[in-house]
Amino acid sequence: MNKKDLSLLVLILVVGAVVAFINPRFLYVGNLSNTLNQVGMFGIFSIAEAFVIIIGGIELSVGSVIALLGVLFIDLIVNHDVNWMLAFTAIIASGLVIGLVHGALVTRMHIQPFVVTLCGLLIYRGAARYYTEDATAGFGFGASFPTLEWLTAGRTNMLGFPVPHSVIALIVVAAVAWVLLHRSVFGRYLYAVGKNEEAARYSGIRSERVMISAYVICGGLTAFAAILFAMYTRSISPAVHGSFYELYAIAAAVLGGCSLRGGEGSIIGVVLGTVLLQVLQNLVNLLGIPSSLNFAVMGAVILIGVLADQYLVQRRHRVSTAKGREAASIATAPLERVKVE
Amino acid sequence: MPEPFLELIDISKSYPGVVALDHVGLAVSPGEVIALIGENGAGKSTLMKVLGGVVEPSGGRIRVDGAERSALTVAEAIAAGIAFVHQELNLFDNLDVAGNVFIGREPVHGGPLRLIDRKALYARTQPLLDRLGADFAPDAPLAELSLAQHQLVEIMKALSLDARLVIMDEPTSSLTLSETDRLMRVIAGLKADGVSIIFITHRLNEVMQCADRAVVLRDGRMVGALTRAELSPAAMIRLMIGRDLKSLYVPPAAPPGEAVLDIVEAVTDTYPERAVSLSVRRGEILGLAGLVGSGRTELARAIFGVDPLRGGMIRLEGDPIRVASPRAAIDHGIYLIPEDRKGCGLLLDVSIAENISLPDLSSYLRFFLVNTAQETENARGQRERLKIRAPDVATTVGSLSGGNQQKVVLAKWLSMRPKVLIFDEPTRGVDVGAKQEIYEMLRRLTDSGVAILMISSDMEEVIGVSDRIAVMHEGTISGFLDRSQFSEHNVLQLAVGHAVEMRVP
Repeated sequence: MNKKDLSLLVLILVVGAVVAFINPRFLYVGNLSNTLNQVGMFGIFSIAEAFVIIIGGIELSVGSVIALLGVLFIDLIVNHDVNWMLAFTAIIASGLVIGLVHGALVTRMHIQPFVVTLCGLLIYRGAARYYTEDATAGFGFGASFPTLEWLTAGRTNMLGFPVPHSVIALIVVAAVAWVLLHRSVFGRYLYAVGKNEEAARYSGIRSERVMISAYVICGGLTAFAAILFAMYTRSISPAVHGSFYELYAIAAAVLGGCSLRGGEGSIIGVVLGTVLLQVLQNLVNLLGIPSSLNFAVMGAVILIGVLADQYLVQRRHRVSTAKGREAASIATAPLERVKVE
Repeated sequence: MPEPFLELIDISKSYPGVVALDHVGLAVSPGEVIALIGENGAGKSTLMKVLGGVVEPSGGRIRVDGAERSALTVAEAIAAGIAFVHQELNLFDNLDVAGNVFIGREPVHGGPLRLIDRKALYARTQPLLDRLGADFAPDAPLAELSLAQHQLVEIMKALSLDARLVIMDEPTSSLTLSETDRLMRVIAGLKADGVSIIFITHRLNEVMQCADRAVVLRDGRMVGALTRAELSPAAMIRLMIGRDLKSLYVPPAAPPGEAVLDIVEAVTDTYPERAVSLSVRRGEILGLAGLVGSGRTELARAIFGVDPLRGGMIRLEGDPIRVASPRAAIDHGIYLIPEDRKGCGLLLDVSIAENISLPDLSSYLRFFLVNTAQETENARGQRERLKIRAPDVATTVGSLSGGNQQKVVLAKWLSMRPKVLIFDEPTRGVDVGAKQEIYEMLRRLTDSGVAILMISSDMEEVIGVSDRIAVMHEGTISGFLDRSQFSEHNVLQLAVGHAVEMRVP
């Protein structure tokens, strides 16, 4: 855990303590369990987004993909009686294909990732609405998939605390992603390409493949999140389901230390970023702040966080250059120093 | 001869560690064409930047129309009628011709709305086009014009500012022959109108063709001026060279072996109708000399697979190979130490150890994960071997000096098994001590059987380090030199496209 992650954790604990102090319901088992469930689902697609941001790209179609694939998943198992395991596999595969297409458009056709995924955002949302004729897709009264429901939306008691399975899924995903990003060769390549694609290429890294893989991983994880959301909400109105989720994902990644210029960010940071966003969401509900202010609160906290971070970085920089200059100032005239400042 | 309106007197400019200009003087009279010549790094561009107000000289005076000052600002230079046609043109290709000529000075109407008066804009541009005999319209989008036409637009911009002196920095370096011819006519026309021209060039025949006199710089000093009557390629070359080179040469332990890398008729994007052939032998350092823009870096990029090869082929140890990407080149044992160290060679805010292991991470695997202990150990070994001066291998590369950064780039490849190493300007921005260490490393590498191709614009380096020199001129090899033929004169002759009389020793 680096310094940045640590300060984020402290921030979460402080905000949590304040909320708990004002409204003790924050710490109720039911509330915590629900918040954790949200963290689980949001965390998975935030990690997905982080992969793309680390290579210096952006993925804006996350929310629309969650809507489209969610609708398709429910339709497959409810209306077409497809075995849920088969449907599960098919949906994940679709997510991977979407990622592959995005990655190919970005690297081979040299279209900016913002444009590619913005088009995706519009297309998948439209497709989801058209497919259901703008009607809500959901489970009928009789429909029941006990195993699937237990796996995706269930909770298991651990030491008297109902742990949502989405959180367990997030922990597994985060652990694998952590190893992949921070310990494996592929992770090194991701960071190298994000930092300086040219230098990566000169070092023999097939940067196009690395970039495409990042979009594919993002697509696959987003598809997984789509299934979790579908099973959790149990009914999907394709016009609104998952809207703005890409922004939650980007916000979590940025809070977690990802730079939109690429090459930076940690998995722990992204998970903590997701936790902070969900705690803030919860705070709005619990403290009786009008829910219309939801986004405003989040935006303000992110802005303050980024500003504080920037301030600290600059201060550290100033301190270190001042130290360096002290040694140099013996040699240079005082005039020079004034100019530098 | 009319009185000079502009005089540079005793101009000096030093950067930390380098004297770029050393008491240079230059006077410009109306209607005069002055050629400014000298080797790469002789100080020509710096001198012109002083004139254009971009660089503030550290000493000397500038006299404009009798008024003396210590430096010009860009605005003062423009007001004095000095216009600069840059090597990399400063134009907006999203605007049309007239928009570029009058950028920042657009005629406006509509009172406070300040709308652009397009009619007036075009009307003012047309006479300039006529004056230069240009064959495009004022509303032609710049993106559709050729490079030569872009140059004319720059000149028009200068004329629209009532320029009395137009400075051109290598104006013909990317023009075709007929375009060059037309530019020469434009220069003659300007001269007839009383506009002075200073042009920097490497092409001595152009100097012969249109200059009234030539000024020669070497190592930041003015070493000579030739009047029209004295102008000859031989005289110019004699002035451009003529310093004693320190001998850096260490002979190889054994005579070079068979050819390791053969480049056969290679064609790159920059010079589609020229081909390059050369071979580098086992255990030798082949220096690749030439002027900036002669296509050397492009050749290196093509061999390393960064850019596609447009024709010809590459043979490694006799077998033809296809190099579609740097990965392929690396897998064949061909490595490049690029010219742009910071942009292409290194990840600046990553540690030394991680930079070194990057091209060869798969050999640091333990259960699919990177074995950081092995990585650190190898990096420490390389730090020792190459004398990289850093507190430890976790130090980020960006905080190192140029020489140590270059050693890190080298360490990347030395951790693997190089067959061919291509160095593009191996010691640019490297201090003297580290330079020497890098040269020693080159010799040790060739003695261990590596073939080295060393691109260098530093005459001292090319002559002092190479076992053999190939010289490039405009996209092709203009000649090879053996050690017995090494001289600054011969390299320069070939670099400007002249033949060398081969004296048999």
